[in-house]
Amino acid sequence: MNRRAIGIALALAVSASCAHAKDLSARNLAATCSNCHGTDGRALGDTLKPLAGMPADRIVTAMAAFKSGAQPATVMHQIAKGFSDEQIGALAAYFAAQPAAK
Amino acid sequence: MTMQAVSRVSRRRLLGGGVAAVVAAPLLGCASGRDGPSIGRVVVVGGGYGGATAARYLRLWGGAIDVTLVERDPSFVSCPMSNLILAGLAQIGDITRPYSGLEAIGVRRVQGDAVAIDAQRKEVRLSDGRSLPYDRAIVSPGVDIDAVEGLGSAAAQQQVPHAWKAGPQTLALRAQLEAMPDGGVYAITIPPAPYRCPPGPYERACLVAHYFKQAKPKSKVLVLDANPEIQSKKVLFERAFTELYRGIIEYRPNNELRQVDAATRTAKMDFDDIKVEVLNVLPPQRAAAIARQAGLVNINNRWVGVDWQTMESTAVPGIHVLGDATFSAPLMPKSGHIANQHAKVAAAAIIQRLKGEPVEAAPMMVNCCYSFVSASEAIHVASVHRYDAGEKTMKLVNGAGGLSSSANAAEARIAQAWTQNIWADTLAI
Repeated sequence: MNRRAIGIALALAVSASCAHAKDLSARNLAATCSNCHGTDGRALGDTLKPLAGMPADRIVTAMAAFKSGAQPATVMHQIAKGFSDEQIGALAAYFAAQPAAK
Repeated sequence: MTMQAVSRVSRRRLLGGGVAAVVAAPLLGCASGRDGPSIGRVVVVGGGYGGATAARYLRLWGGAIDVTLVERDPSFVSCPMSNLILAGLAQIGDITRPYSGLEAIGVRRVQGDAVAIDAQRKEVRLSDGRSLPYDRAIVSPGVDIDAVEGLGSAAAQQQVPHAWKAGPQTLALRAQLEAMPDGGVYAITIPPAPYRCPPGPYERACLVAHYFKQAKPKSKVLVLDANPEIQSKKVLFERAFTELYRGIIEYRPNNELRQVDAATRTAKMDFDDIKVEVLNVLPPQRAAAIARQAGLVNINNRWVGVDWQTMESTAVPGIHVLGDATFSAPLMPKSGHIANQHAKVAAAAIIQRLKGEPVEAAPMMVNCCYSFVSASEAIHVASVHRYDAGEKTMKLVNGAGGLSSSANAAEARIAQAWTQNIWADTLAI
């Protein structure tokens, strides 16, 4: 293997491991929601909104509305303020990719 | 599946015969056959909100990982919601759930009493002589209560229950409340903080008062608090005490219990003796005995210090500690909800350590606790916590979290839904 190929292979490995770490971080963040919203967003019943399979932009919009106060809530206005926009984006993508409950 | 069916299945498994059991044992935790070679063995001590969640998430996230859960009780009994039983609003079966969901996802459950951990040999020892080897251990033992002068005997403890671990004591206290004649006084003593479930005693006062209002309207509730003020959801409980239960609940701060005369149900305080019809003493608390035995207790001679990035003990490497036994991060309560969150941080970190990968740089935790103030209304306290690498602790995220604006019916329904969802998340139901 020549030096260039090794360089490319290394760069790919590094970026793959970064992507892996990002995926794990999104998964870990999403797990802070699952006490109420179900494991991987598959909530039981609909009193607490199931998040699995919900389109990412809907989650992002809802969280922004909770944060701003535009959407009244019992507790979500207080919890949404604990997460940065970047974190909310990662959460939303994670839940959107989860299969909904059967 | 009914509980009976579950126990029949496990009995059949146990009766499977010596040879089969020996052959099956190494295969049990593994699922390794399917998922590839095992990345390691984790033994979890304690099947409450912390330990059960850890077992569940190790299997969910870890793939081929051997997970053994040691728990002395045959099923999970929830402390959250147990105060409803005291008011006659729930039965013990409503707060009891099986461990069969965890077994179905490949957790090996051992019903037994963990009495020692040998961190050198990496073994958890049980009272029956069995020992369980581990690569990493999780200890989620809950709290033990201090001895209270006058409550040494089993008879005295039956006469004056704490009911701070849900189960037989909860039922004993309910029976006393039911037997109490109208016009009697129920007193609850609250220990100095920190103790398990900061809002729990005040919720209990409200729910007992609710029961009295319906069934024994001449009766009173006396709250004797060692602390200078209500420890959680203060304005909301104050409102409940003075509005919903005016003339029923009396709250006395700075009242620390010194001694009990169980026979006469008398609480001996600094300046007076208070004799009541039903006496409910919540003794001071500390990390449970196994934590002390394992050398984990290193803060205030009561609690376990942890590295908040991984939940690993700061005293004994290789052992992660969860839940009420930990020395809490600033403004983090000892709650079932937060124990579940501790467990997820620990599970992620253990899997990453076993795989030789870096651990999460800045873990987050959310707490959300509901308390009922009556049969139909509840209140919450919520907080969001983020790991601060500089200060090496979990810190409140500024501007997030808070209380209900007032007691309300919507949150009573949400609290019930919370219960179903957290039990499912914790127990893989």
